[in-house]
Amino acid sequence: MNLMEHMGIEPGRLQFSWISSAESTKFVEVVKDVTSSVKALGPNTTYKKQAVKVA
Amino acid sequence: MSGYQDKIKETAKRLLKEGSVEMVIGFRKGTLPMMNEPCFIRRPEDVHQLVWDSNCGINLANYLTDRKEKIAIVAKGCDSRNIVTHIIENKIKREKLHIIGVPCQGMVDKRKVAALCAGDIENVTEDGDVLTVTCQGAEKKLSRKEMLQENCTLCIHRNPVLFDELVGEPVAEQTGIDRFAEVRRIEAMESQEKWQYFEDLLAPCVRCYACRNACPLCYCPTCFVDESKPQWVGKSQNPIDIRTFHFLRAYHCAGRCTDCGACERACPMGIKVRQFTSKLNKDVLEMFGWEAGMTLEQRPPLDTYKPNDPNDFIK
Repeated sequence: MNLMEHMGIEPGRLQFSWISSAESTKFVEVVKDVTSSVKALGPNTTYKKQAVKVA
Repeated sequence: MSGYQDKIKETAKRLLKEGSVEMVIGFRKGTLPMMNEPCFIRRPEDVHQLVWDSNCGINLANYLTDRKEKIAIVAKGCDSRNIVTHIIENKIKREKLHIIGVPCQGMVDKRKVAALCAGDIENVTEDGDVLTVTCQGAEKKLSRKEMLQENCTLCIHRNPVLFDELVGEPVAEQTGIDRFAEVRRIEAMESQEKWQYFEDLLAPCVRCYACRNACPLCYCPTCFVDESKPQWVGKSQNPIDIRTFHFLRAYHCAGRCTDCGACERACPMGIKVRQFTSKLNKDVLEMFGWEAGMTLEQRPPLDTYKPNDPNDFIK
């Protein structure tokens, strides 16, 4: 993750979590956190491969 | 340095004659100046080919992978650390090796020399700290110290860590060096700036994979970039594919890279490939206090688990 951010991925766009199948509440919290932090960052403009344009 | 060369020849001859090794891996003069190439000597009468000077930057550990015969290998500080890595990763057996350690004072960066000479370089000789470059008939004297590869100027392990014999007295290690100044300069940038920095850095990449081929860590029978079922990464010149190749390759070297500079030396486009691996080297040193290839006694941090491993990134 450090190298990803080092090469220009915004902090917060890549997240890791460890959630047991029994931790439903944690799962919901993490999903909420991730979506809100990624929404705050806006769409990813850098690490994105454009589809090849065919004439 | 020339003393080293005679000692290397003498040792190689002795080992081949007494039959304690089947092959000696060392360097011989390349077809171009400053381009010494690896050579594999199997007969005592061929040892005269062996050379040693400031153009032996290639990492010879690369040629040991899965070898079965008894081999003598000429090893600088970084080569010896890669040999250690090879041994702990079961790519070669210690008892199959006779390591001829060479205390190193850094290798010359041929690009730095070429940048100071207009036209083709015809010949380069060295005497102590003086490099004499012949370029279009004119001679030019350069300081060897100023022409060193960047990784060599930042090196703190010039003496081999593992060897059966040394060809000379150990040299003084460099101290008080800020090895990660360049990494910190990039760390201080904003994300957008960082992205652009690597975009510009990799723009000349032609994906020849010379960096991978020169790297002693890259010994997978099939590299992830060559796989097509499944295809892990696009094979095109698309900047995203190029970036994916470089950072994934770097991740494969995490905690294993000795900063030997072979990748950067091999790059035909002069890309500073070490920008990726130095960041990982810095992280692994800060998080695990680890430098690759320093000991046979300890497993590398990324193939062991400890309860106190840093895991702040997991939420």
